[in-house]
Amino acid sequence: MAEYKRSTMIADSPSGYCPGCLHSLATRLISDVIDELGQGDNSLNVISVGCSALNLLYWSGDYLGVAHGRAPASATGIKRTNPERLVFTYQGDGDLAAIGLAEIMSAANRGENFTVIFANNQTYGMTGGQMAPTTLIGQKTTTTIYGRDPATTGYPMKMCEILSTLEAPAYIARFALNNPKGVRDARAGIKKAFEAQLAGKGFTFVELLTNCPTNWHMTPLQTLDYMNTNTIPYFKPGVYRDRTSEEAGA
Amino acid sequence: MGEKRFMKGNEAIAEAAVRAGCRFFAGYPITPQNEIPEYLSWRLPEVGGSYVQGESEIASVNMVYGAAAMGTRSMTSSSGPGISLKAEGISYLAAAMLPALIVNISRGGPGLGSIQPAQSDYLQATKALGHGGFHAMVFAPASAQEAVDVVYEAWDYAERDRNPVLVLMDGCLGNIMEEVELPPMREFTDEDIPEWSLSRRNGRDYQGNITPIYTEPILEGLNAMAGEMYKAWEEDDVKVEEFLVEDAEYVVVAYGIAARVAKEAVMELRDKGFKVGLIRPITLYPFPKKSIHDLDYSRVKGIIDVEMTIPAQMHDDIAQQVMERCPIFEYGRSGGCLLDDEGVYEAIYDIVTGGGADNG
Repeated sequence: MAEYKRSTMIADSPSGYCPGCLHSLATRLISDVIDELGQGDNSLNVISVGCSALNLLYWSGDYLGVAHGRAPASATGIKRTNPERLVFTYQGDGDLAAIGLAEIMSAANRGENFTVIFANNQTYGMTGGQMAPTTLIGQKTTTTIYGRDPATTGYPMKMCEILSTLEAPAYIARFALNNPKGVRDARAGIKKAFEAQLAGKGFTFVELLTNCPTNWHMTPLQTLDYMNTNTIPYFKPGVYRDRTSEEAGA
Repeated sequence: MGEKRFMKGNEAIAEAAVRAGCRFFAGYPITPQNEIPEYLSWRLPEVGGSYVQGESEIASVNMVYGAAAMGTRSMTSSSGPGISLKAEGISYLAAAMLPALIVNISRGGPGLGSIQPAQSDYLQATKALGHGGFHAMVFAPASAQEAVDVVYEAWDYAERDRNPVLVLMDGCLGNIMEEVELPPMREFTDEDIPEWSLSRRNGRDYQGNITPIYTEPILEGLNAMAGEMYKAWEEDDVKVEEFLVEDAEYVVVAYGIAARVAKEAVMELRDKGFKVGLIRPITLYPFPKKSIHDLDYSRVKGIIDVEMTIPAQMHDDIAQQVMERCPIFEYGRSGGCLLDDEGVYEAIYDIVTGGGADNG
């Protein structure tokens, strides 16, 4: 049995996340992989706006807080000037798939050599549970009180599938954090993305399906079941692109 | 002696930036500043720097934010509409205390306005470059050579203050060609990378963090510190040209291209015996308050605010210093219509001979 211990990337202070929130697990997986790769001092967390910004409170590695949606742009400036660093953004669905859609598409299209970790919980958590671009059809939020209606609000955006239309990305994958296999796969996927970045293979994207007990108005356990019956059938986990074994720059 | 070249104002800015040590540029096409990104797209790679054509002005300024956080001398340029888009990012630069150079080669406004030169962004530049009540030092060169000089020093101010710096120059000066003398290439090593930056090339071995968000008491403290910094600029960093002001009965206040045209008119009027002078702010922020405040108003009969925009935007800054001790007149062209020698001469002539309207 491996010894269970606190990751060196996470400060010994409360995360600020609500009980049962999978953001804590997501950041834990990222920090574990950084530890495993020995990249603690070399890593740089580009922290976006939303619940993801709670990273500011307890991330103990180098970080840069950036504007809403613009993390892939700021990461571009970082990585272009300091290519030796392990750079990743940590972004939620409102940040990445709504206000930051131009930035994520363009950074992916340029094949920028950093990693985007996308936490998709289908709501704006920090601002109190409004409709996100990934909110499921029929899902109730504070701005869709009768449930999301595609006639006026469109359909939930599948970012892995959209990004897979681009030529440049080296790795695109989606994992669900509501079950042990999904957690193990996510950890392996994050590691693969970081290793690919360190090998200079280009843009890597890992989507993590997460939850929001507070704004979904469910117990943590109910959210895990909801993800099985609603989220996962729409946002299908899987590896959408993997060119990490190809030569860098190919 | 530096190297002499015949260059467009925009190109001169770009080359001066490279020689000042700029190694990262991100920008988005907009007239009349396109020569800056075009030049840097090939020039920066030559010196080991990086150029990115952003997907928008918003993305570009946030790329600069990232590069500046690494301690890299970084820059973006645009024109009015694009500067509005950068406003959020410039505010973030100020919040995160990151040095960077923003260049506005200005055109007619508001809105898409016109692509022709205008000085319609004075208020945006000096009063509210973005939300949150911050200021940046604003330099307004009046020639390609002066643009070279202020750009060459821009990061020295930006890094001293850990605050963005704005160069505001209209599209006319950006596009005319003039002889410039270029300063030598400044060389920096890893040891010069600022200690506060997120770079580890300077040997930093402890956690680095930079954030645009703070807890309330810290933010209040930072606001107060910024206020002290703005006061210090007024003491230490005002740049102004005073031309034939000592005995002047009428003083023209103009910056950039307007000052250049007005200076011709002042010299012509002097030839005809009229006692006219010129105050030319080179820093628009900090504004050269003393130059206007300390005039001898027992002699000065009027201030003439000449700008390539209507209505004149410097008027209130001037009026605060004149304090109703003499009338303030305005003359300008706007919307991309250019000031010309005859128009400015006749406007000033009419005023000094008693025909001009007092807009004070």
